[in-house]
Amino acid sequence: MSEFITPAGWEVVIGLEIHAQLATRSKIFSGSATAYGAMPNTQASLVDLGYPGTLPVLNQEAVRMAVKFGLATGSRVADRSVFARKNYFYPDLPKGYQISQYEKPIVEKGSIDVLQEDGITKRVGITRAHLEEDAGKSMHEGLENASGIDLNRAGTPLLEIVSEPDMRSAREAVAYLKKIHTLVRYLEICDGNMQEGSFRCDANVSVRRIGAERLGTRCEIKNVNSFRYVEKAIHYEVIRQIDVLESGGKIIQETRLYDAAKDETRSMRSKEEANDYRYFPDPDLLPVVLDEAFITSVRATLPELPDEKAARFMASYGLSAYDAALLTASRDVAAFYEAVVAAAKPDAGLAKLAANWVMGDFSAFLNRDGLELSAAKVSTSGLAGLLDRLSDQTISGKIAKEVFELMWAEGLSADAVIEAKGWRQITDTRAIEAAIDAVIAANPEQLADYRSGKDKLFGFFVGQAMKATQGKANPAQLNELLKSKLASH
Amino acid sequence: MSLTRKDVEGIAHLARLQMTEAELAAYPESLSKILTLVDQLNAVPTGVIEPMAHPLEGEIQRLRPDGVTETDAHRKYQANAPQVASGLYVVPRVIE
Amino acid sequence: MTLHTRSLAALALGLTAREFSSVELTQHFLDRIAASNGALNAFLTVTAERALSDAKRADALLAKNQGGALTGIPIAHKDIFCTDGIQTTCASKMLKGFVAPYDAAVVERLTAAGTVLLGKTNMDEFAMGSSNETSHFGPVKNPWDLAKVPGGSSGGSAAVVAARLAPAATGTDTGGSIRQPAALTGISGIKPTYGRVSRYGMIAFASSLDQAGIMAASAEDCAALLAPMAGFDARDSTSVERAVPDYVAGLQQSLKGLKIGILKEFFAEGLEAHTGARVQAAIEEYRRLGAEIVEVSCPNLPLSVPTYYVVAPAEASSNLSRFDGVRFGYRCENPRDLLDLYKRSRGEGFGSEVKRRIMTGTYVLSAGYYDAYYLKAQKVRSLITDDFKRAFSQVDVLLGPTAPGPAFAIGDKVDDPVTMYLNDIYTIGANLAGLPAMSIPCGFVNELPVGLQLIGPHFSESQLLAVAHGYQQVTDFHSRVPAAYA
Repeated sequence: MSEFITPAGWEVVIGLEIHAQLATRSKIFSGSATAYGAMPNTQASLVDLGYPGTLPVLNQEAVRMAVKFGLATGSRVADRSVFARKNYFYPDLPKGYQISQYEKPIVEKGSIDVLQEDGITKRVGITRAHLEEDAGKSMHEGLENASGIDLNRAGTPLLEIVSEPDMRSAREAVAYLKKIHTLVRYLEICDGNMQEGSFRCDANVSVRRIGAERLGTRCEIKNVNSFRYVEKAIHYEVIRQIDVLESGGKIIQETRLYDAAKDETRSMRSKEEANDYRYFPDPDLLPVVLDEAFITSVRATLPELPDEKAARFMASYGLSAYDAALLTASRDVAAFYEAVVAAAKPDAGLAKLAANWVMGDFSAFLNRDGLELSAAKVSTSGLAGLLDRLSDQTISGKIAKEVFELMWAEGLSADAVIEAKGWRQITDTRAIEAAIDAVIAANPEQLADYRSGKDKLFGFFVGQAMKATQGKANPAQLNELLKSKLASH
Repeated sequence: MSLTRKDVEGIAHLARLQMTEAELAAYPESLSKILTLVDQLNAVPTGVIEPMAHPLEGEIQRLRPDGVTETDAHRKYQANAPQVASGLYVVPRVIE
Repeated sequence: MTLHTRSLAALALGLTAREFSSVELTQHFLDRIAASNGALNAFLTVTAERALSDAKRADALLAKNQGGALTGIPIAHKDIFCTDGIQTTCASKMLKGFVAPYDAAVVERLTAAGTVLLGKTNMDEFAMGSSNETSHFGPVKNPWDLAKVPGGSSGGSAAVVAARLAPAATGTDTGGSIRQPAALTGISGIKPTYGRVSRYGMIAFASSLDQAGIMAASAEDCAALLAPMAGFDARDSTSVERAVPDYVAGLQQSLKGLKIGILKEFFAEGLEAHTGARVQAAIEEYRRLGAEIVEVSCPNLPLSVPTYYVVAPAEASSNLSRFDGVRFGYRCENPRDLLDLYKRSRGEGFGSEVKRRIMTGTYVLSAGYYDAYYLKAQKVRSLITDDFKRAFSQVDVLLGPTAPGPAFAIGDKVDDPVTMYLNDIYTIGANLAGLPAMSIPCGFVNELPVGLQLIGPHFSESQLLAVAHGYQQVTDFHSRVPAAYA
């Protein structure tokens, strides 16, 4: 994709702020449900509405989840963190302040390794991750010159993950974003649903001439809700900034909104006014103090992390770094893969074969039908059964694809499909030889041409012999036998 | 510390308070008096003193178990709202 | 003996002995309210129907001998506590007509203890004031002299108790809002340790200073009502998980050998001479009761007023941001746009003192000033707290005046906020340090009551009440009632 190449002479500097909604049952400071899609304001309690006299009480699970993230990124988990109030007026912010962490976040100074497409691993610094409450939503449809406020989302716990400005291209930024996405789902602290807004990203983008020491003025791009859009939005912004600077202009530090329909970013005037958030420690909440026992108990719940799993896949299954990274990008896919390998009969090429199938046809079918892994039409044992028939040469790779399609469509086992269709591969040398003999006998002209040097006709004979066996001859055997027959006549 | 009328207008905007002409005339003086009172603090040496955000030292935040304890009561809660439509709180158009 | 001058214990005795019913008792107070509230303006809402139905329920319990010490006792709540189904205004135009959909913890607990709700009392708007003149619904009058203020912000509750329109009333104290009006109206009032009583459902002024308490004729009555109010509440993160002692039983603690500290700083310039003399006389009374009197010093205490006027407005400016005309409260007519909705709803809904404090708080938190004002004040707050800590390593309780002088005339100080703020000079320290403190009547100056303040270490309410009770066993200032309400 050449369109995403940075113009020569410029360096791009990107930092991301990711807002991950934590997968708690109840809100961060109240006992309201956090489920998505409820009728407006039916999940907004007195606390969420900022009713006079109400007070926040912190959800333990939100704290555990933040700590989990901190431990998984090698960050410092603060033994003492403090909630502050960020004061501003907005209709989706019921109290006129957001409870967030400011000076003393719960997680600080970590990093994550991101495997780039060129095979190079890049370490991205995580400046901090802090707990805060989400705001509500403004709706504009069906109301004349008015907006409707739904506060169901208000108070949903968020982990805001702030990276160092370590990314140098939109590609790198997306790779980092995907890695964090993978991690939070591994840790089961966020469902990662970008459409529903459970995983959101703001990008701080600036450019500078290569060699320049000082960072350029940055713009913050908000409202990007897919990996593809993040890449496009950053790219647009980079080109825009370079255009401005090259034509002698200056970048104004501002918040910009990405408009996916127009593929452009534009200034958010409503947020342009200089913000003075008047942060101060929230007097309704006390310092969050975590002792060693608490942190140890959270550490005990950490799953095998993506990088650890990928390393193990390389070591135990002999997979390439790229395959291992791809398979372990989702904890469910990795588990599926391991279950397939475990269910299939051991064979020298099995691990690689299984990897190709899981990442290949199997994933393609899931995507085609828009299904989650859990709703796949072929089970781990079903796929293992198919791989067994490939390993023992009952069917060819080409037939296997057809078998798989029928397995998916009909819910049958590989053996049942092969049996019903009579697709068992012919490995009987005599039967293959008979078919070859018949083909040679029926095509004397072609035989003569072949022998006079037209090597290309070999393919013709393969095709005819395959046709004669209804495609069931073992291709390798057929090739070998055909070669010797054509030569010996 | 003394505040001008312009300062007062700025603070009033930040606090989203509409000021009457009379208030704009009176507040610079009364707020300046308060700030003068408060300026006494400047004379106090507080170099290594820890700022105190809570009157009870050593108390720490209690953590609540993650459970849903609230049920829908939006009709009751919205009885106090100046304007609602289809369960939404209605405000003049929010421009983003 | 008339019903309204009896102690709570005597009323409880009368109820259990069927000398009178709770309905009769309640009606007695409702009649007194009907007769006097017009002049005093102490109640914003009188809940006669609710009171009589509460009383009936109490009588039913009493008939089955299932009543407790407070079953059937009428009380009033400051209009800062949310009451389910009953208007809660905080004496502001902003909340006129606001009906909270829930009960504050204090209301819930006192209702569960069997008390009867007579109504909601007037106060300074959002508890910001020391004279009750900032109420949107007009000032409360001092029952001792209708031309004088009752103090604030719990001025309505103070006047109600002083005029015996209720045996007791709840109050809140952020910088002296229970103690100063108690002093100015000749009643007893206690502000417990920060965290002792749940703040849930109490409309916040300054969250790190606010504490609910009780106002009644005597320390004994305060003890009876504080007991059910106090204690842990999971809905308030700053509520402290700690057992509540039996305050009534604790009243009998002896004062022999008690070490009383006299705060040097409380007797400096600014204290009206006659008021000072009444307080000195009370100190002599304690000496006679066997207490040891020691002079102590909290050198940073004079900084409490400037410290408070940074911390309290800062927190208030943020706490009051929720009043934006969207979900509850006042909304301006025909807002042009969102900004106009915010500015006019808030500009028109808040009174001038509330706006002044929001402005002050917004300023001290704003970019460039946070360190110089807010952070500095938080540090000085540490110094003041340390001073108290040192003092309590030497003595059991500190003693001094509650206010610099007796009640002043309505209108006297409204034009100068700073002069008004200095009226809280003796009370603010306890809020900054989170300490429990009381005010009890200790005499009169020009026929106006004078208050004696007692401050104790954290969670020493039981001892404070006992110290006050001991004094009230040998004096009768607490049982004096203004002639018009006798």
